[in-house]
Amino acid sequence: MSVLVDKDTKVIIQGMGKTGRFHTDRAIAYGTQMVGAVHPSRAGESERFEGETDHSGVPGRPDHYSVELPIYRTVKEAVAATGATVSVVYVPPPFAADAIMEAADGGIDLVVCITEGIPVADMVRAKSYVMRRNCRLVGPNCPGVITPQECKIGIMPGYIHQSGRIGVVSRSGTLTYEAVHQLTQVGLGQTTAIGIGGDPVNGTDFIDCLRMFNDDPATEGVVLIGEIGGAAEEEAAAWITENMTKPVAGFIAGTTAPAGKRMGHAGAIISGGKGTAADKIDALEAAGVLIAPTPTDIGATMVDAIAGAGS
Amino acid sequence: MNIHEFQAKELMKSRGIPVPVGRVATSVSEAIGAVAPLIEETGTPVVVVKSQIHAGGRGKGQFKEYPELGGVNVVRNGIEGGVEAAKARVGELAARMLGSTLVTVQTGPLGKPVSRLYVESGVDIDRELYLSVLLDRSTSKNIVMASTEGGTEIEDVAEATPEKILKAQIDPGLGLLDFQARDIAFGLGLEGAAFKNGVKFIKALASFAVEFDTDLIEINPLVVTKDESVVALDCKMSFEANAMYRHPDVREMRDLSEENAAEIEASGYGLSFIKLDGTIGCMVNGAGLAMATMDIIKYAGGEPANFLDVGGGAEKDQVAAAFKIITRDPSVKGIFVNIFGGIMRCDTIAQGVIEAVAEVGLSLPLVVRLEGTNVELGKQILDESGLNILSATDMKDGAQKILEATRS
Repeated sequence: MSVLVDKDTKVIIQGMGKTGRFHTDRAIAYGTQMVGAVHPSRAGESERFEGETDHSGVPGRPDHYSVELPIYRTVKEAVAATGATVSVVYVPPPFAADAIMEAADGGIDLVVCITEGIPVADMVRAKSYVMRRNCRLVGPNCPGVITPQECKIGIMPGYIHQSGRIGVVSRSGTLTYEAVHQLTQVGLGQTTAIGIGGDPVNGTDFIDCLRMFNDDPATEGVVLIGEIGGAAEEEAAAWITENMTKPVAGFIAGTTAPAGKRMGHAGAIISGGKGTAADKIDALEAAGVLIAPTPTDIGATMVDAIAGAGS
Repeated sequence: MNIHEFQAKELMKSRGIPVPVGRVATSVSEAIGAVAPLIEETGTPVVVVKSQIHAGGRGKGQFKEYPELGGVNVVRNGIEGGVEAAKARVGELAARMLGSTLVTVQTGPLGKPVSRLYVESGVDIDRELYLSVLLDRSTSKNIVMASTEGGTEIEDVAEATPEKILKAQIDPGLGLLDFQARDIAFGLGLEGAAFKNGVKFIKALASFAVEFDTDLIEINPLVVTKDESVVALDCKMSFEANAMYRHPDVREMRDLSEENAAEIEASGYGLSFIKLDGTIGCMVNGAGLAMATMDIIKYAGGEPANFLDVGGGAEKDQVAAAFKIITRDPSVKGIFVNIFGGIMRCDTIAQGVIEAVAEVGLSLPLVVRLEGTNVELGKQILDESGLNILSATDMKDGAQKILEATRS
């Protein structure tokens, strides 16, 4: 079991540029069912992918893959032709919000937007649009979603993941890899890892993911990785106190970040004394979340959290 | 991206939002020259001389060279002595303020040099209010925020008297609706002509925020004058960096002298760099990991010299540029490179480091922690380079190693 995506998930891509092409290839090598691409001026063409299978992905496949990915004019046409339920967006920032809205209107259930640098105003409009439809958005500015050995959507390195027992939700890309890698090393593995993105306006938030992991029978615990800025971690802490039945381990980046400076991510800024790491850690600890003292201790902290919950 | 007060007021004026009349001066003679036209145009003998720097708290700030002098000075000499007296006083002030260093709560102890003044007509104030437009992250919508407590920091109002803060959500499709603007104006206790002017101001400001992709517009204070007009007396405005491609005019208002030179250079290479006060230089891929690396250095007992995210898809020359920017900082005593390769391959990082060292030399201890895509190849490249590089197994190990190396 897992959340959001599994071995049967069919995925289309919007934004087949250099980056989009590279990661589509990696996803196919991993075993993700990539079924089509959308490009308004290349309809009728196709894009060929072939190479050596990534055996850290879906098991039981031949050593080589060769896929001819059809290109459609619109998301609607792609969905009608392929039955895809998920779209991954690599469209450049000025056009990404439109791509998200097209996917939501085109019958897609889950849009995963990888693009970094989308204007906030565009995301305000796109989020409002998506929320009025039966569609979920993950991202933007995120590594994507992966259910190990089943479906990899996004830019994360596949081989550090191992199918297992822990749900991972994170605002940061490379810190997610850090956490996933450690969970694999300590033998817990992951059910699904979700990067919700580092932007101030994003689709799926911590609480959405916590709720899904809480309801997923295969998930035994959750790793939550936050960072300075906003109040998403504090809101997650309140939800955990009220609802969470599974152990949660956490890490918050930015204890040493100075106020008023944007730490790389558009959303990572301490403003007016709000959004500090200390506030977030306090709120999560009060909700019973075990906080890793350093990012090297995330895996071990999850082990402790599970042991504590069982005793 | 931040702009100066005078630039913000120019932009507001261009959209019909009332601001006091003012003139920019970069020299004493320009400051003096601004006085007579201002007094003539407005009929008001009072002028205000305001330091233009990118930091708040200017009014309560202090000049290093003249501790008795604040960053914003009201000149009333014109009331008694006429234009000549006002000119003389403005001249005295400008001579001291220009070229001096203003320290405010937001500049840090080093302060910021004042190279530009804004000479503005005085306004006959009846009431001081607060008005802002900003993103409410919990609802993912912009909001208009207002309070009767003008001149006070909004965070202090929120802390002490949260009931005095008025909010209205801006619908992304519809904009701020008329009744919402009226609700806020009523909440601010505006009446008669001031009410009408207030509603107009609030609506115009909400449209302005949407049109220009602002991060934050804060009018504090927004003043109601004795003749019931509503005017922005001060203004803090910042714009959303991701949207600047569609506002080339605003982008030209960027004042590079207000920003750290190394940070500007880094952004030219697509690097995200922030100078900090410590001694351990960091080079990391990913913003979250870069912050976490700073944290772990502190946890191990050190202080980070910078935040540096080389990004997910950095090439060799970006890595080399990052390395050079870090090593140029004289307070850096050691460097910690921490990479978890996803899109970025460890061999790319390794080659970038070697190229940079070949160019700038390496006199400081260097610890490299590589993990992720092509990690073995990356380590092999570093090992075979013959450079004196300490290799770390994980982040904690890396932080400890670089601290040990810088202490010995």
